[in-house]
Amino acid sequence: MHSFGYRANALLTFAVTILAVMCAMASLSDNFNSPTPSAQVQVLNINWFQKHQDGNDEVSLALNVSANLQSLFTWNTKQVFVFLAIEYETPMNSLNQISLWDGIIPAKEHAKFWIQTSNKYQFVDQGSNLRGKDFNLTLHWHVMPKTGKMFADKIVMSGYRLPQEYR
Amino acid sequence: MDWQGQKLSEQLMQIMLLAFAVGAFATGYVIGSFQMMMLIYAGGVVLTTLITVPNWPFYNRHQLNWLDLSEAEKHPKPQVQQHISSSSKKKSSKK
Repeated sequence: MHSFGYRANALLTFAVTILAVMCAMASLSDNFNSPTPSAQVQVLNINWFQKHQDGNDEVSLALNVSANLQSLFTWNTKQVFVFLAIEYETPMNSLNQISLWDGIIPAKEHAKFWIQTSNKYQFVDQGSNLRGKDFNLTLHWHVMPKTGKMFADKIVMSGYRLPQEYR
Repeated sequence: MDWQGQKLSEQLMQIMLLAFAVGAFATGYVIGSFQMMMLIYAGGVVLTTLITVPNWPFYNRHQLNWLDLSEAEKHPKPQVQQHISSSSKKKSSKK
């Protein structure tokens, strides 16, 4: 500590070490948050339901997504990525998972939302298994923190069924 | 900066940084603002730098009192015995 340079170096080193500890504590403090998110999805309409020439079923859905994800936000949350996936079982795959809609929630004020939309991404089956198919709609989210560990969770909504006939 | 001053500046630096870190974290957590934590801590680091890095006069209050020259003359250094003749012979033989 006898010279300007040594003192500046010691201070910088110690300050950055403490900063790392603070960031680690901020990340750990996220574990005290026990979120209670809620979500509902309604299938308003089936815009079209058809079989492509290559034999794959395609469906276009009109959806009403409403969710309250405000409890996911803590002081260490940068943003929340949320996506709605359709999930169903076919003889070929035990789990088919297709993202229909996604969004980025930049702040807690925007975390209570509803949106009426057609599926943002194409919903095409691998084959022709969709007539009369039961499916789940699952709202997945990834909580992106300012520092530290990322959290992910989901809400599964079941009890949906596609019609028996193409339209 | 004298010895006491160096000790003081190091302790001041550590205590101030820790205090600002604790204060910044507590404030940020309570008001729920990560940015406020960073701002308080950054301010604390700047303030600590200004206080502990430059050689302020109050770090130089304990000047070393060197002994008077007469003390050294009263207690002369023990002299090392030298073998000049033998070492010079070795060197010359190598050359």
